[in-house]
Amino acid sequence: MNVLIDKFDVFAGGFWLTLQLCLLAAIGALLLGALLAVLRISPVPPLRAVGTGYVNVFRNMPLTVVMFFAAFGLPALGSNADFLRIPVIDSLFTRLGTDLPYFRFALIALVLYTAAFVCEALRSGVNAVPAGQAEAARSLGLTFGQNLRYVVLPQSWKASVVPLGSVIIAMIKNSALAGFFGVVGDLSATADQLTGAEGYAFVPVAIGISIGYLIMTVPLGALLDRIEKRQAVAR
Amino acid sequence: MTKGEPLIVLDGVNKWFGPLHVLDDVSLSVGRGEVVVVIGPSGSGKSTLCRTINRLEPIDSGTITFDGQPLPAEGKALARLRSEVGMVFQSFNLFAHKTILENVTLGPIKVRGEKPAAARERGLALLDRVGIANQADKFPAQLSGGQQQRAAIARALAMQPKAMLFDEPTSALDPEMVGEVLDVMTSLAREGMTMVVVTHEMGFARHAANRVIFMADGQLVEDAPPAEFFANPRSERARDFLSKILTH
Repeated sequence: MNVLIDKFDVFAGGFWLTLQLCLLAAIGALLLGALLAVLRISPVPPLRAVGTGYVNVFRNMPLTVVMFFAAFGLPALGSNADFLRIPVIDSLFTRLGTDLPYFRFALIALVLYTAAFVCEALRSGVNAVPAGQAEAARSLGLTFGQNLRYVVLPQSWKASVVPLGSVIIAMIKNSALAGFFGVVGDLSATADQLTGAEGYAFVPVAIGISIGYLIMTVPLGALLDRIEKRQAVAR
Repeated sequence: MTKGEPLIVLDGVNKWFGPLHVLDDVSLSVGRGEVVVVIGPSGSGKSTLCRTINRLEPIDSGTITFDGQPLPAEGKALARLRSEVGMVFQSFNLFAHKTILENVTLGPIKVRGEKPAAARERGLALLDRVGIANQADKFPAQLSGGQQQRAAIARALAMQPKAMLFDEPTSALDPEMVGEVLDVMTSLAREGMTMVVVTHEMGFARHAANRVIFMADGQLVEDAPPAEFFANPRSERARDFLSKILTH
C-alpha cells in the first residue's frame, strides 16, 4: 500500500485533472442539455425534431464510440478543438503543464454524450408539472418563453434535481474513459501509468483511484439525498 | 342584450380526436354581454367547444372569429388574443408555486406590463370582490376548492377580458362550495360580462343564462332561451337528457 503515500502527488494530480474535466463537462452538459430540453418541448415541430434526433443519437451510442469520434474524428477533420480555448477559462484551468488537444476532445465527447441525459432529466421534470399549469398560463396570454420561465420551470426544478444529480454522478464515472483516449494524467490514466510503466501492484493503485472518484461522487450523492428529504417534508 | 356584431362566432367548426368526431359542424355566435350556457352528456364535445374559443384546442376545419378577428395561429398574436379571453378550468389550475395574489398579478405584470404596485392593488380589489382578500398571501394548496376557484376567476378577471370561458367550473367542488362560485359567476353575468359556461348546474342555466346550448355527440342540437329549453325541449335527445337529470 506504500504506493498511496509514495505516489501521492501522482494521485493528487490525477484527481485534480479529472475534477477539472468533470467540472467543465458538467457546465457544458447542463447548458447544452437545457437548450436541448427547450427544443424538445417547444411548440415548433422542426425544433422538436432536432432535439429528439440529438437525444436518440447520443443517448443510444456508447460513450466509447463518441470518444473515438472526438479523439480521432476531429483531428481527421483537421481540428484540434482550439475553439474550446476560451480565453479566461483556459487560463483558470491548468493542464499539468501539458496542453494536448486530447483534454478538449474528451471534454467534447463527455459534454455531447451527457447533454442527452441532462435533457431527458430536465424534461422529466417538466412532464411532472401538471398540464393544467401550462394551460392556465397560456390562457392568460403568457408566451411560450414566459410560460417556461414563470410557471413551468420553477415547478419542474424540484422533480429534475435528483435525476439530474444521478446523471452528473454517472458522468464523473464515465470520465474515466478519457484516460484511454490520450488524456495524460487523469485518474484513470494514473492507474495505467503506475501499474504498467512503473510496475506497482494493481490492487493498491485501484484502491487509490477509487478513493479519488469517491471523493467526487459520494458528497454529491449525499447532497442529493438531503435535497430529496427536504422535498419529502415540503410535500 | 345583444348589441352590434357578435363577439364570438364559430362557423362550421369540425374537430376530430383520431377517429372520434368531437365537434361536428358546429356553428354558434355569442353576442356582447350574452351569457351562453352549454350543457349536454359527457363526451358530447362541450368542453372541447369551450377550449377551441381561445385555441387551447386547435380545430381541423371551419372558422372561429373573436371580436371581428379570425383566431391567429400559434405565436404572439394568439397570446394577445388569449389575454383578452379569460378562462376558468374545472381543476382551478392555480399556479401552485405562487401565492393567491401572485397568481392574480402575474398576467397583468408580465403580459400587460403593468406596474407591480398597481397590479397588486387591483389584484387585492378583485380578491375582495370574490370574497377571499384575506387569503391573498396563502398558497393555493392552503385554500378550499371553492376559494381556489374564486381565486381562479379573479386571476382571469385581472386581465380585464372581453369574454370569460368557464369549463365546468363547479364539477370538482364539494357540494357546499358550489354556491359560492356560482354566486360570483351570477354577479359577473349581471354586470354584462360575455360568458360561455359549460356546466351541469341547471339552476345556474335557468336563472343566469340568456341562451342554453344543448350538445350531443359533437353536434349542437338545440339553442334556445332557458325557459323555453327547460319547459319544452324540441329534440328527443334533449328530452331524454333532461328527464335523466331533472328527476332526482
